Amino acid sequence: MEFEAVIGLEVHAELSTKTKIYCGCTTEFGGEQNTHCCPVCMGLPGALPVLNKEVVSYAIKAGLALNCEINKETYMARKNYFYPDCPKNYQITQDETPLCSNGYIEIALEDGVKKVGIHRIHIEEDAGKALHREDGTYVDFNRSGVPLIEIVSKPDMRSAQEAKMYLENLKAILQYTEVSDCKMEEGSLRCDANVSIRPKGTSEFGVKTEIKNMNSFKAVEKAIEFEIKRQIEAIKNGEKIVQETRRWDEVKGETIVMRSKEEAHDYRYFPEPDMVYLEVDDKWIENIKASLPELPEMKKARYINEYGLPDYDAGILTSSKALAGYFEETVAKGANPKDASNWIMGEVLRTLNDREMTIEDIKVKPEDLAKLIELINNGTITGTIAKKVFKDMFETGDNPEKIVKEKGMVQISDENAIRDIVNKVLDENPQSVEDFKNGKTKAMGFVVGQVMKASKGKANPQLVNKLVEEELQKR
Amino acid sequence: MHTKTLHEVKELINKKEISCVELTKSTFDRISKVDDKIGAYLQLDEEGALKKAREVDEKIQRGEETSFLAGIPMAIKDNICVEGLKTTCASKILENFVAPYDAHVTKKLKENDAVIIGKLNMDEFAMGSSSENSAFKKVKNPFDLERVPGGSSGGSAAAVAAGEAYYTLGSDTGGSIRQPASLCGVVGLKPTYGRISRYGLVAFASSLDQIGPFTKDVEDCAHVLNVIAGHDSMDSTSAKVEVEDYTKYLNQDIKGMKIGIPKEYFAEGLNPEIRGIIENGIEVLKKLGAEIKEISLPMSKYALAVYYILASSEASSNLARFDGIRYGFRAEDFEDVVDLYVKSRSQGFGDEVKRRIMLGTYALSAGYYDAYYKKALKVRTLIIQEYKKAFEEVDVILTPTSPTVAFKLGEKSNNPLEMYLSDIYTVPINIAGVPAISIPAGFVDGLPVGMQLIGDYFKEGTLLKVSHAFERETEFTKVKPSI
Ligand SMILES: [Zn+2]
Repeated sequence: MEFEAVIGLEVHAELSTKTKIYCGCTTEFGGEQNTHCCPVCMGLPGALPVLNKEVVSYAIKAGLALNCEINKETYMARKNYFYPDCPKNYQITQDETPLCSNGYIEIALEDGVKKVGIHRIHIEEDAGKALHREDGTYVDFNRSGVPLIEIVSKPDMRSAQEAKMYLENLKAILQYTEVSDCKMEEGSLRCDANVSIRPKGTSEFGVKTEIKNMNSFKAVEKAIEFEIKRQIEAIKNGEKIVQETRRWDEVKGETIVMRSKEEAHDYRYFPEPDMVYLEVDDKWIENIKASLPELPEMKKARYINEYGLPDYDAGILTSSKALAGYFEETVAKGANPKDASNWIMGEVLRTLNDREMTIEDIKVKPEDLAKLIELINNGTITGTIAKKVFKDMFETGDNPEKIVKEKGMVQISDENAIRDIVNKVLDENPQSVEDFKNGKTKAMGFVVGQVMKASKGKANPQLVNKLVEEELQKR
Repeated sequence: MHTKTLHEVKELINKKEISCVELTKSTFDRISKVDDKIGAYLQLDEEGALKKAREVDEKIQRGEETSFLAGIPMAIKDNICVEGLKTTCASKILENFVAPYDAHVTKKLKENDAVIIGKLNMDEFAMGSSSENSAFKKVKNPFDLERVPGGSSGGSAAAVAAGEAYYTLGSDTGGSIRQPASLCGVVGLKPTYGRISRYGLVAFASSLDQIGPFTKDVEDCAHVLNVIAGHDSMDSTSAKVEVEDYTKYLNQDIKGMKIGIPKEYFAEGLNPEIRGIIENGIEVLKKLGAEIKEISLPMSKYALAVYYILASSEASSNLARFDGIRYGFRAEDFEDVVDLYVKSRSQGFGDEVKRRIMLGTYALSAGYYDAYYKKALKVRTLIIQEYKKAFEEVDVILTPTSPTVAFKLGEKSNNPLEMYLSDIYTVPINIAGVPAISIPAGFVDGLPVGMQLIGDYFKEGTLLKVSHAFERETEFTKVKPSI
């Protein structure tokens, strides 16, 4: 029997508001422990929460960018559970009335575009952070009350790959709208997955497991892949899948049982009596709608139509707001869009990947990349040299003209000088001359390579080609 | 001096017949003389109080204008935060909790140069009707030391009655201001829900709690309300309704005002002597020209059930934060974090608090939520509608405050249900969120009896107008306990 997977994702994204959701404390990451706190976010007796309107605006923005309906009358609810990092022992969140619902994200599959449904988006507060030390456990409440949105997808994904694409697109949209910086390493984006399997072609849902503790998109993909395989094997062995929460173990590369359904909490949700109903009017929504930036899909279409970039390249360049911004800035500083795209898709991303860095970390300024492209196009340096110059720029952040000048990397376009090098190379390689005469044109390529090497890459390649052929014919 | 009202001592200060320091010292003298017997105070701040009194004296000497409350000793129920003083809620679990911030009302009082002399005893976490649930000591009724002062704000009521403060603040979730005011023969006002910020009031039931004043007479009540009422950006349930000068409702004529008498509040269970006193009160108002109208509030009979579901549910969640982790009492020997929770809470909370936490936890549980909490919310809406409709017909509603006079200590402490019935006339008002006042209306065997006047939303002024007319016509607020 063939099986198919049914996957739904629950994503928590930290909002980029300056202050917390129910008090005026800063949301800045880090800081000395328990310094970004007040009676409200410490849950002191008598303190009361007041909803930060910015948080609502950010969540509506996310909702609109994710094609959701905005619910105009909602209320906050208490989710009751005891945990030391939760200062009130309840979390103020939303239950029956999420702020946004019924949206979708598009993902591009080989056989066309698929819409993955978004069930709901609601706002809530983050908890503090427990710190386990040798002399005991401590809690840092700096994070307590930092605003989050929880984005719950519909169970529309059928593979780990689709889940990863959904996450990538979601992240791009949240970054484009500046709703969240989506830094998984700082915990500002977290993801849980619900996974079940069923015989292909059926429509009923199987028993699902919830997977937690995945710290990167890669981990999400691997964990889901593992879980699908585990469930299929279990069914094939005649076992039953039980509803439970499992933890992804990155080191072992497997999911491990955390708690069964019986151990699940009864959160005793009820409307937060310390707050009034939240009413959102049309004007509020319209203002946010008007402020929405160009989203990844729209941008990608523009790159293809306006700049003539290939679909694939346009997709990569628009996959993150920062990358698209870098590209656009490079073009704005005078680079031809195709050249800029080639350089970013090539040297820039390759070098960043090698160093495990992102575009946010790069020292090379867009105007310097544009300058580098100009230096190639006006014949000042060769493409080979340009790559060396770029390496320098990447390390130092210096501008390319300075590097070229200091290191004497200007292209040699003097025919006589190149002809001398060509003849010297030919003298040293009689075998190549012989091969050429015997009709092995490949020999010419070898000679060109040797000439370029001898000129330390500075010789004008077109001239080298021309002169090598001329000199070979002469012999 | 201790028998004088707030406005009387204010006059003495204005005439420079007494200084604020002298007044404050005399209040501490009075406390040291009687509080061993009454048990109203959990904490005194003589140093802070005298410092403030001196400041006000200096201001007066410099000829600066001062607030009506400036320099006059008052005290605050121990579930309202005063920075630097303990806020225990009369619970072992908060025995050593020093509030690091001021409640909104505290801030207002300090801005008005009130002399805060201490924190007042109460039922633990404001749960109770006799103040016997204090973890530290019981409060006694100044009119009869063998009897309770009512609760939960028993300390606030007894302190005013016994002349241990010129006014006090309490909190009222189901009658916790009005019932002790009735039993101690003082004036107690529960304002409209949202009239006074709850910021810094340790929550019992967030949707019902409201801070209010205890005073010796109605005039004083208007002065205190003037200071503590108003919107607060730190409490989103506080109303953006403008604060009036409530003293303008004093000394007004009540001719032609319509007063509703809900027949359900005069049914069985009401002590016949109390009924007589309330009927007398109705006659007084009639003589003053008020129009008396019988009305019906049939949903009121569900109020007590609704109250115990909603209040307990909210309390079960509000009190979850007292867990021994960050502040307050922590049990000594524990195995792990769950054991720490269980032991700290088992040892830190008293029986009544535990009873309500369990009740509320149950009512919110999966499978019971719809039958209890959700249904209670629906009935609450019906009760609100019923009150709104009633106020289309009448200006105020008049009822007894409590079905009995002060009962003996221990008389009801083993029977929670009977204790809960003490609040039968006060609870519906919190459910509806309207304002109500209890004013002295007579005595049964030397024990005070209060009359409750209920007003429409944010019509505290109307309550004060009728109450003050009644007070001018009668002498009940002038009767003081012999202690
Ligand atoms: Zn804070």
